[in-house]
Amino acid sequence: MADKDDGMAGQKSGLSWAVNISVVVMVLLWLIPTVGLFVSSFRDRDQISASGWWQAPFSVELSYRTRGGADAVEQGGIWTVTGNIFETDEVKDSFAAGESTVSAFGDSGRAPGQYPAGTTAEIGDGETLTVNADGSYAYTSAEDPGNRGPRIYFIAETPPEFTLANYRQVLTADNMDRAFINTLTVTIPATIIPILIAAFAAYALAWMDFPGRGLLIAAVVGLLVVPLQLALVPLLNLHNSIGIGQSFMGIWLAHTGFGLPLAVYLLRNYMVGLPRDIIESAKVDGATDFQLFVRIILPLSFPALAAFAIFQFLWTWNDLLVAKVFLPSDDASKVMTVKIADDLLGSRGGDWGILATAAFVSIAVPLVVFFTMQRFLVRGLLAGSVK
Amino acid sequence: MSPLIQGFITIVVGVGGCIGYFYFSNLVLDKVIFPAKGPKAGHNINRANQIRPWLFLFPAMFALGLYLAYPVVGSFLRSLYNRSGDEFIGLGNYVRLFESPDFRTAFFNNILWVIFVPAMSTFFGLLAAQLTDKMKWGNIAKSLIFMPMAISFVGASLIWKFVYANDADIGLINALREMFGADRPVDVLQIPFWNNFFLMIILVWIQTGFAMVILSAALRGIPEETIEAAILDGANPFELFFKIKVPQIMGTIVVVWTTITILVLKVFDIVYTMTGGNFNTEILPSYMMKFMFRDDGLATAVAFVIMVVVLPVMIWNIVQARKEMR
Repeated sequence: MADKDDGMAGQKSGLSWAVNISVVVMVLLWLIPTVGLFVSSFRDRDQISASGWWQAPFSVELSYRTRGGADAVEQGGIWTVTGNIFETDEVKDSFAAGESTVSAFGDSGRAPGQYPAGTTAEIGDGETLTVNADGSYAYTSAEDPGNRGPRIYFIAETPPEFTLANYRQVLTADNMDRAFINTLTVTIPATIIPILIAAFAAYALAWMDFPGRGLLIAAVVGLLVVPLQLALVPLLNLHNSIGIGQSFMGIWLAHTGFGLPLAVYLLRNYMVGLPRDIIESAKVDGATDFQLFVRIILPLSFPALAAFAIFQFLWTWNDLLVAKVFLPSDDASKVMTVKIADDLLGSRGGDWGILATAAFVSIAVPLVVFFTMQRFLVRGLLAGSVK
Repeated sequence: MSPLIQGFITIVVGVGGCIGYFYFSNLVLDKVIFPAKGPKAGHNINRANQIRPWLFLFPAMFALGLYLAYPVVGSFLRSLYNRSGDEFIGLGNYVRLFESPDFRTAFFNNILWVIFVPAMSTFFGLLAAQLTDKMKWGNIAKSLIFMPMAISFVGASLIWKFVYANDADIGLINALREMFGADRPVDVLQIPFWNNFFLMIILVWIQTGFAMVILSAALRGIPEETIEAAILDGANPFELFFKIKVPQIMGTIVVVWTTITILVLKVFDIVYTMTGGNFNTEILPSYMMKFMFRDDGLATAVAFVIMVVVLPVMIWNIVQARKEMR
């Protein structure tokens, strides 16, 4: 008997190990891409293209270009310049942080690592160049080099560098600040306005009796899945003909319209579940429908209202399609998604640091909303899908 | 006027207007049109109560009608006209579409998306829901898998660019390939046919969390007795899952599946940002955007094709909803 129990327990803990490990693997798979973006956004631009973000904590081999000192010393017809390349003017900022080692050097930009560190290279015209691993260099020439030091290229281990420079550039120089404000401007009215409209309609569909109610609910369920694409051309033409055109007003109206089916559906599902006694006793006490709605239904429906608000917020903040169609395409009214998709990806396809930073700026707010309001979001999802 | 101030005014006017409309329309109905006094008080109260629901419904119904119902008809009518909209050409736009190889590619790819994305998202969602169930750190794991839901499709595409990049120093996939001895990076988004799947993975990554949350609630809702009875009968964990749990949450699985299917037919952002529809990765929503602002006739025709594809799901949804209400 004891043996059997042990066996069961052993089997069980084996299984639970397997489960734990699979969940760890899954979470890692889901998390790693985002972590990559996050890490990349803080890395120095040159380092991003030199090593993967997963190597961010380690040194990177980068090639540099500098100019040696100009104070040559003559001795027996040979002019010599000595010094340490890490301290030369053109690169000293990159090495201010600390120790580094030179792995190779050269005298032309085409082959910056032609000679291994520690060797003496003949670079023509009777000139020689020696660069050691610790950065000390010696340049000799048969003629007076004048007051310009020799060009030196070298490849050095560079310590990992994390910087806010990408953020500074994205937020100040790239019109991303404008786009951020535009996104906020689109999102907030488009989140708030549908709520009340939908709440009244949901109340009527949940608690008022009238002919055609079932049909209307079915219609709302149907409209829930109408592809947005259908609405683009006719509504843009409508907006143009009534003088709204492509504008913030247009996109607020569009988002309000597109958000309503979900709002009505979610809120109705929630309101139907409110306790009948409360509503009926209020009616017996002589409350009108309007009072009932404002004083009882609205406060009780707060979780559903919050859930919808979060949905609508995430959806309008993250939207690209509606913004591309209903907002003008000039720089002054671009939202972040359009800015990233059309500007940054197009013209700066190779600037990974800027791309990562811009993307992170655009997803930061939804992530904060998501993690602080997850409870409501989950409840809303469940009200919308499981009955 | 700066858009920010304009936005603020819109909020005030919108919310205030809403409250004002509901308050005053009710007031007018009760005090002016059908006052609850005089000889016909009772009759008036009844009449007012018959009209009131429509007062409550009117703004929402108006907006829904104008912004969702009218466009279905409007788009269809527009799709029967030529590019500039002044000549009726019947089904000409549709004929042109079906003759175009690009459209056929987009249509075929879209079918792949509709099959693969909901299936994989539901599968991973179910897996995650079952594995994290009753686990100590299950909630943390769930919220991390759920997180991509908050990220825009554009943001997600950029995130995945750091996985797919054609450079072993940026893209994870090429770094892994290099580690295992590949000598040259490949651009996975240019591999014919399979590039579609690399794009779909992004959407699966986003949607798995949604499936997981809903299925996890459904799993919790299974009556304990059925599970206990199965364990007493000697069911092993796999039998328990596939024979007892899955059949009981089948309804929810179908709901999750159809919800994601509908979503797949709307998403154009991923293809637009990752490949721009090149390398034969076009799908219908992104194909439509090629014509938006250029040829309204063709654009609406593509949109209507999407609508036709969605239609069965829409009908099924309505039938389900009506069943629940009875």
